[in-house]
Amino acid sequence: MSVKDRPNRQEMPCQAPEERIRNFREVALGYTEEQAVLEAQRCLQCKKPKCRDGCPVEVLIPEFIQAVAERNFAEAAAQLKEKNALPAVCGRVCPQESQCESKCIIGIKSEPVAIGRLERFVADWEMAQEGQMAKEKCTSATSTVSPKGKKVAIIGAGPAGLTCAADMARLGYDVTVFEALHVAGGVLMYGIPEFRLPKAIVEKEINTLCQLGVNVQVNMVGGKTFTVEELQQKGYEAIFIGTGAGLPNFMGIPGENFCGVFAANEFLTRTNLMKGYDFPNALTPVRAGSKVAVLGAGNVAMDAARTALRLGAEEVSIVYRRSEKEMPARAEEIEHAHEEGVQFKVLTNPVEIVGDEQGWVKGMRCLRYELGEPDESGRRRPVAIDGSEFFMEVDTVIVAIGQGPNPLVTQSTPGLELNRKGTIYADEEGRTSLEGVFAGGDIVTGAATVILAMGAGKKAARAMDQYLQSK
Amino acid sequence: MYPIVKKVVLSSAVKEFEVRAPMVAEKAQAGHFFIMRANERGERIPLTIADYDREKGTITTIIQELGASSTLVGQMEEGDEILDFVGPLGVPSEIELFDGPTVLVGGGIGIAPIFPIARALKAAGNEVISIIGARNKDLLIWEEKMASVSDKLIVCTDDGSYGRQGFVTDALKDLYAERGKLAAVWAIGPMPMMRAIANVTRPWAVKTIVSMNPLMMDGTGMCGACRVQVGEETKFACVDGPEFDGHLVDFDLAIKRLAIYKDQEKRALAALEHKGGHCGCQ
Ligand SMILES: Cc1cc2nc3c(=O)[nH]c(=O)nc-3n(C[C@H](O)[C@H](O)[C@H](O)COP(=O)(O)OP(=O)(O)OC[C@H]3O[C@@H](n4cnc5c(N)ncnc54)[C@H](O)[C@@H]3O)c2cc1C
Ligand SMILES: Cc1cc2nc3c(=O)[nH]c(=O)nc-3n(C[C@H](O)[C@H](O)[C@H](O)COP(=O)(O)OP(=O)(O)OC[C@H]3O[C@@H](n4cnc5c(N)ncnc54)[C@H](O)[C@@H]3O)c2cc1C
Ligand code: SF4
Ligand code: SF4
Ligand code: FES
Ligand SMILES: [Mg+2]
Repeated sequence: MSVKDRPNRQEMPCQAPEERIRNFREVALGYTEEQAVLEAQRCLQCKKPKCRDGCPVEVLIPEFIQAVAERNFAEAAAQLKEKNALPAVCGRVCPQESQCESKCIIGIKSEPVAIGRLERFVADWEMAQEGQMAKEKCTSATSTVSPKGKKVAIIGAGPAGLTCAADMARLGYDVTVFEALHVAGGVLMYGIPEFRLPKAIVEKEINTLCQLGVNVQVNMVGGKTFTVEELQQKGYEAIFIGTGAGLPNFMGIPGENFCGVFAANEFLTRTNLMKGYDFPNALTPVRAGSKVAVLGAGNVAMDAARTALRLGAEEVSIVYRRSEKEMPARAEEIEHAHEEGVQFKVLTNPVEIVGDEQGWVKGMRCLRYELGEPDESGRRRPVAIDGSEFFMEVDTVIVAIGQGPNPLVTQSTPGLELNRKGTIYADEEGRTSLEGVFAGGDIVTGAATVILAMGAGKKAARAMDQYLQSK
Repeated sequence: MYPIVKKVVLSSAVKEFEVRAPMVAEKAQAGHFFIMRANERGERIPLTIADYDREKGTITTIIQELGASSTLVGQMEEGDEILDFVGPLGVPSEIELFDGPTVLVGGGIGIAPIFPIARALKAAGNEVISIIGARNKDLLIWEEKMASVSDKLIVCTDDGSYGRQGFVTDALKDLYAERGKLAAVWAIGPMPMMRAIANVTRPWAVKTIVSMNPLMMDGTGMCGACRVQVGEETKFACVDGPEFDGHLVDFDLAIKRLAIYKDQEKRALAALEHKGGHCGCQ
């Protein structure tokens, strides 16, 4: 069969848009066994699989897909877990179209193999077997390595820190993770909504890590409850910093502190981490208003817009100063947002947020833009159109224009070299300017993706092991 | 989990708690706060570290029951365990040796957070004059503790049931008239009271520090809920504060921001009472 004659890629079954905007249940429902097998059979089992080059954690892609094609799902799960500590998460939120699937050979002539969806199918299948496999694998993983009797500390329990922790535990180190919030998971728990990544799934994957012997301590703020130096004094011989990019940016325009203007982080954290969608059973309130403008067009903006709809907002718009082509969000999220009725007000940007006497937002003064010459990022620069000012009536503004690194740990760690934007300087393997201190994920790269953070955690674990062996 | 080792009922809606949290006690300083969550249902609420005992590993705080989450805490008893307790958070008070008297003004339960600052200023060798006020005698807290760290203590009640009758602002004006020069003023209490103190001291050009209590959630600079307008700048009270220059803070906006969730807060309290407080949820 030539590549062109391959069957089409299996569609992902989804909740219907008109139904799903009224609930917080997962939008994408996952492949059935039949669909998964059919999709797996599309894979050519390349000798030199290009897809793997596109995966930052080097998942054994053809191997696990082969097992799916043969209906040997347990084997598929084992292959997957070999490299990926959080497959149910990655299968849902990886930007596959720009990672593994962008390299798949079939993608040249036809649609690439749905690697992410297969990954999700296998991970979910395994969880449905009540995690029995996971337990067996964990105990065998811990018992095959002799404990090294060395303590390592991980600061921040996001994907970077958790991946690093899992690998270090597998290597036999005594691993403690220190997390500022009351749960582990980072953005997976507080940022990405339930309807895209159910929290029960994140919790299950994290529990699997704990079974590796990782000790997770919550309510511990680096730079406040403890410092890097104190951890060293307490005998932690290597330390990994994975504190993410959690500091929300604002536009710096007048009116940003009016009531009804929220950082996406606040809006999403109230809804997800604090379960505001279940208010007042959960006591943390969240407020969407009725006419909502979301500033920005990345994953965070799409999540905020779709969350606002589900909380009952009547009209939700993405306001973005470039065009839809330049939007940084995953293609699937943009598509889902369209389907759900989110409006896209592109080539538009606010210059002022206007409030009423009670201090509440009543609208934004906006300008229209057109695209000019490409800027240093290669994207065409938006240029304001003279005399295009207009007033947009809204009662809620959600700011989702990016996040910077949180300075709590970096400020309290003398000698730790930083980049210009306050991110931690680290080499390819995660070594920082301080001996025995490693870093990775968003705190090094600035806001990026789950899988890149995991890749960084993995590389750093390798470097930490080397460092500790040679010490 | 963080056990409550001691509870004192100061008045029907004001309770004092001593909680075991050794890691927080180890690092606590004047001006710090912490964030707690009573149980799975509760919000993350910020409270000031009113006292600490490093040896016992405990933190003391005074909480006023206002809405659902503080009521949930108020109903807890000795021996109960708090689910989450994180800190110390915020920037500690800047304690130095001032050239002249330092004045500490505490209103209502704001007296509790002013105590550790008074104690630290005293320990640094300052002359400490404290002005504490409450609506009436029954609502006055920590008079003895404040007396123990003050060179002079002025007590005011709105209704005159104890101490001098009137507001803390009046006592402060009289003090200024008497002394002519004050080195620094700290004011902690309800926002309107802090605004009033800042307005009183502005013409005197006396350094005036207030402790802002905006809505908060994470307390680590992640959510931006705690934004306060200070002069031209936006500050995050949880990591840049909570203490700010009282002459620069936009109190009017801060007071409005406190009411963002007013309607939901009423519903939350109603839902809590309906379920019978903390028994309904555990
Ligand atoms: C709403 C939203 C949607 C997103 N959607 C996607 C998506 O679909 N696909 C994708 O690939 N990426 C997505 N991203 C980006 C992705 O989530 C991040 O790139 C990734 O989580 C980074 O991982 P990390 O481990 O570096 O940091 P984080 O996930 O940010 O975790 C850092 C952890 O460190 C903790 N911490 C911070 N400071 C301290 C301290 N001082 N002491 C102790 N602990 C501390 C934090 O509480 C947090 O738990 C999204 C991000 C957001 C906000
Ligand atoms: C740094 C800091 C230190 C604080 N220290 C203390 C303390 O030592 N003792 C104490 O009793 N309270 C303190 N507070 C206030 C306390 O956090 C709130 O009273 C509490 O969160 C109210 O929660 P609730 O659900 O019971 O009330 P809600 O029903 O949520 O609110 C009722 C009303 O109280 C006000 N309120 C709500 N949240 C806050 C808040 N975070 N801060 C101030 N007012 C709020 C609002 O006007 C609201 O309308 C402090 C706040 C901050 C930010
Ligand atoms: S982890 Fe992400 S990039 Fe790697 S194979 Fe899975 S979906 Fe692709
Ligand atoms: S490149 Fe595509 S076809 Fe080849 S092994 Fe990878 S997934 Fe299969
Ligand atoms: S409380 Fe979230 S940033 Fe201050
Ligand atoms: Mg509340």
